[in-house]
Amino acid sequence: MLSKRIIPCLDVRNKKVTKGVKFQNNVELGDPVEMAVAYSDGGCDELVFYDITASAEGRPIDIEMVKEVARVIRIPFSVGGGIETLADMHRVLLAGAEKVSVNSLAVNNPTIISEGARAFGSQCIVLGMDPVRTGDPLFPSGYEITIRGFRERTGLDALEWALQAEELGVGEIVVNSVDADGTRSGFEIDLTNMIACSVGIPVIASGGAGTPKHLIEVFTRGQADAAIIASMIHTGEYTIRQIKDELVSAGVPIRKKW
Amino acid sequence: MIAIIDYNAGNLTSVRLALEYIGVECEITRDPAKIAAAERVIFPGVGAAEAAMANLKEFGLLEPIRETVASGKPFMGICLGSQIILEHSEEGDVACIGLIPGTVKRFVPIDYLCKIPQMGWNTVEIKNQHPIFDGIEDSTEFYFVHSYYCAPSQESHIIGETDYAGVRFASAVGFKNLIATQFHPERSGRIGLKMLENFSRWDGKC
Repeated sequence: MLSKRIIPCLDVRNKKVTKGVKFQNNVELGDPVEMAVAYSDGGCDELVFYDITASAEGRPIDIEMVKEVARVIRIPFSVGGGIETLADMHRVLLAGAEKVSVNSLAVNNPTIISEGARAFGSQCIVLGMDPVRTGDPLFPSGYEITIRGFRERTGLDALEWALQAEELGVGEIVVNSVDADGTRSGFEIDLTNMIACSVGIPVIASGGAGTPKHLIEVFTRGQADAAIIASMIHTGEYTIRQIKDELVSAGVPIRKKW
Repeated sequence: MIAIIDYNAGNLTSVRLALEYIGVECEITRDPAKIAAAERVIFPGVGAAEAAMANLKEFGLLEPIRETVASGKPFMGICLGSQIILEHSEEGDVACIGLIPGTVKRFVPIDYLCKIPQMGWNTVEIKNQHPIFDGIEDSTEFYFVHSYYCAPSQESHIIGETDYAGVRFASAVGFKNLIATQFHPERSGRIGLKMLENFSRWDGKC
């Protein structure tokens, strides 16, 4: 049986892993390469690495760091931040990343998804989306897509955008709830469930993981195929082993040997 | 030295990095002379069958691959490289290399609970013990990313099996000096490295 994936997320800024709350007030937590090795050895199923200031600073992704992470870990890892062109995607994949994540870029230029999928295969193009809850009836799903780290609203409905991205050829979708990000008070289950049950590709839930129970919820009621965790392990409060033990006890299919 | 065949397939870098990690000498190449001179050959791949077959023809790699396998040299296909060694693929309805009898089929989605591609870690049940599984327990998990799967026509060619989308498919196939895995040992943590180590020592006999 296919296991649910636990994916630590390394938000990197100035060569350090950081974490904020609702995309703000980031604090430094450690060295990305050391943390990547520790999580990979500790049993995580995949890693995500975001160069969170590349876009804002108008510079390309820190490719040397991508190479360094690729050299030391032997599990899949995806990379995002500062990807603007097909050539950028190619550079990241050649550096040893398994997948490339696009977010703001895809909203501004959706054809990059189909071009990337054609050039490198759907399996390595990941759509990251940052939906925020809204009561505005213009958004039938109840969520609007934001970009540039919640700084800009787009007028796009979250579910419509997910379906469009699937049509364009993304291999999987990371649904990162702006409202839950960094709160450690649980995933947005309804949002995750709505997207996961509407598309035929894997959906990764992100934002709000604080306890193993939150993960159980997002894999069962939320129907997520994978979940991103950050603060709960960055702070050392939980190990991946502890989280996985609880998931196994709850009957969630999880990789147990590594 | 292990030659990693370069036909513009996707996962060349990760295969090279994994072999370097365990201290095995390797080279990414499409030079038939280098492939012929290598002790072992890895045939990787991520992408579409049709484009892969076109590239192999364009780069003149079909004969070198057939000769390598005929020579008795250990040869390992990974992912797409495990599929196109069969006779035919439903992906693009294309004739493949035909080193092992059988076809490549597409998963038929059942419902939203079963996403295509299969992406993630799934267990491999060993059906016929093989040297590349030495020291690896039965039902260990490996990393998969694929929408198509191998359906070899002879049961004796099935080395390992995996369940997905209501199908029990051959996740490892083999015949004499040829071994091929649908999963990615280069992305399957320490256990995957163990398998690559086993391959780097394997004499091609089983």
